[in-house]
Amino acid sequence: MSLWKIAWRSMQQRAVASWLTAISVGLGVALIVAVLVVHRVVDHSFRRGAQGYDLIVGAKGSALQLVLDTVFYLGQPVDLIPYSYYREFVEGRFVPAVRVAIPICTGHDYKGFRCVATIPDMFERLTYLDNREFRFREGRNFYPENYFEAVAGYTAAKKLKLKVGQEIRPTGYGETGSKQHEDEPFTIVGILEPTGTPIDRAIFLNLEGFFRCAPHQVGPSYEESLLRESEFRVVEADRGGQTQRSEGETDSNPGADHLGNEAVENQHEYDASCDDHHHGEEEESRRLSAILIVSDIENNPQLAMALPRIVNEEPFAQAVAPAKVIAELFDGIVGNVQRVLLILAVLVVVVAGIGITVSIYNSMSERRHEIAIMRALGASRGTVMAVILLESILLSLGGGLLGVFMGHILVALLSPTIAEHTGVIVSGLEFQLVELILIPGLIALATVVGYLPAVMAYRTDVAKALIAAP
Amino acid sequence: MLLVLEEVKKSFPLPDGGRLEILDIPYFALDAGEQVVLVGESGSGKTTLLHIISGISRPDSGSVRLDGWDITLLSEADCDRFRAKRIGYVFQTFNLLPGFTALENVLISMYFADGRPDRGRAKQLLERVGLGHRLNHKPPMLSVGEQQRVALARALANRPQLILADEPTANVDVGNQQIIIDLLRETCREEGAALLLVTHSPDVARQFSRIERLEHLNRLSKREVQQPL
Repeated sequence: MSLWKIAWRSMQQRAVASWLTAISVGLGVALIVAVLVVHRVVDHSFRRGAQGYDLIVGAKGSALQLVLDTVFYLGQPVDLIPYSYYREFVEGRFVPAVRVAIPICTGHDYKGFRCVATIPDMFERLTYLDNREFRFREGRNFYPENYFEAVAGYTAAKKLKLKVGQEIRPTGYGETGSKQHEDEPFTIVGILEPTGTPIDRAIFLNLEGFFRCAPHQVGPSYEESLLRESEFRVVEADRGGQTQRSEGETDSNPGADHLGNEAVENQHEYDASCDDHHHGEEEESRRLSAILIVSDIENNPQLAMALPRIVNEEPFAQAVAPAKVIAELFDGIVGNVQRVLLILAVLVVVVAGIGITVSIYNSMSERRHEIAIMRALGASRGTVMAVILLESILLSLGGGLLGVFMGHILVALLSPTIAEHTGVIVSGLEFQLVELILIPGLIALATVVGYLPAVMAYRTDVAKALIAAP
Repeated sequence: MLLVLEEVKKSFPLPDGGRLEILDIPYFALDAGEQVVLVGESGSGKTTLLHIISGISRPDSGSVRLDGWDITLLSEADCDRFRAKRIGYVFQTFNLLPGFTALENVLISMYFADGRPDRGRAKQLLERVGLGHRLNHKPPMLSVGEQQRVALARALANRPQLILADEPTANVDVGNQQIIIDLLRETCREEGAALLLVTHSPDVARQFSRIERLEHLNRLSKREVQQPL
């Protein structure tokens, strides 16, 4: 026998009312848990969406737009940069600061799913989330020499029922289905395993094939872009000002630039093979949406850290750290949405807490007799007050645990829908430390809401209540 | 003397601001182990007197000494503890806690006394009153006679020096009335507890060697009461 057991028995006696009260608390807590879990997973997924590379190089303009387009495949590209600028990262002046550089072209879609033109290195040299390597659920990566091959992300393939061997014809923005490219179609050769990143919702085309489509073979070259700029700029490398470049001094020998001549071996076979086909005028007309950069922080930390500044000093390009932009976006907008949702959920719990007060308060008239019996048996005023408070705490904690359980079930039930619509994989088993705050929070709430009926119990006139009919 | 009441007065407030005087007892005493029956008219203050003796109600004035302790001088918390340990109470309406089993109703009384329920003794008492097979039954599952037996076991749980029984057979069927009275008197004797039993029943009262009429103890009604049993 203990005060807990006495409180528990009192609840059992009013089982229906107790259950309803606990469930109302549980619903509020479930809402809090769902908001916390979904927010954390979405937050992580957003923040980790750009993991695997630390810099995005794109055309000058909105950094946010560049990140949304490049990382999340949302919105439209800021502008385009010349393909020749990409060469600066794989065989030119930026080579020492770069471990991996992946060119991408966005701007096309297939039945509502974004098409991203890139090179096979995207899945061979980049990783996602915590250094996880891309794996193929079916098929394989596209080959550099097979220009019209494509790879589908998990969700895109699932939603579009894409199979390996299926042919697709992407459309550009503003084009209708009837205006699909008349060029050779792309053949799906592989379907990726789910990654929990926006990659799941995209289709990846061989960049070479993409460029061979007629509409993509126009545009200014890197040199032309430079010539358009009227502003004289001095680009200084971060090597103690050893060398300087001024307007007009374009690199005729990119491998021997001011950042060093090493690391040409970083260039992938793809680039070598492409060299055979696309040097010259044809290549100069090509444009890219962005370049994903993995900096070589380990070997050349100073140069790698200077790279964004150097790129930003270019007249037409910018380098953006996606993690920083995403953090600003999340903290600025999504964080506020979460706060509003959490406040609403807390209000639901508070209302449920008031429900506990009402439930116990309403039972007090019938319980006065029981309390009087306990007092007659020797229970002190403090003891009966404690019994009522413990009952309130049991209802809150019971409802809270029920709510945590319901919250995670809710998340698990919503998980497939969230994954399908957003590519974010949410696990119902994803528990968070912050959920532990719920326990002291609920105890505090229970103490507050149980106080009024507890005081009523404290003030019970034993003699009167004993004489009164039970 | 185990219990001594001296100059105990009790009144209740009236809606008009006045007071209704109920009790004015110059002296009442009870020996250890003694069994006394208290009779009186309805509304004469018998239950109020038991409440005062048990410390549930405080007298307006006077002293109530049990085993040398004047419970009117104890703080409310001390009085609660004192009552739990030294006084057993058997109510007319049994007053069992409906959500608790028969065994738990006995254990809870022990818990309130010293926080250490003795399960063995609780079972033993219930077996003594013939409810060894009903330990885990809740009051609504017991007959009225059985409920009163549980109440009796509960009253004896803490080895009290005094048992106060407030019309314990009033709600019990005729067949069980004598069984309850016999059980009450026997167990009190076995436990060495004094018994002060309030009843309206002349049959029950006759079985006691000492019969007290409240009207004789109470100055306020002495003049009016001359009725034989």
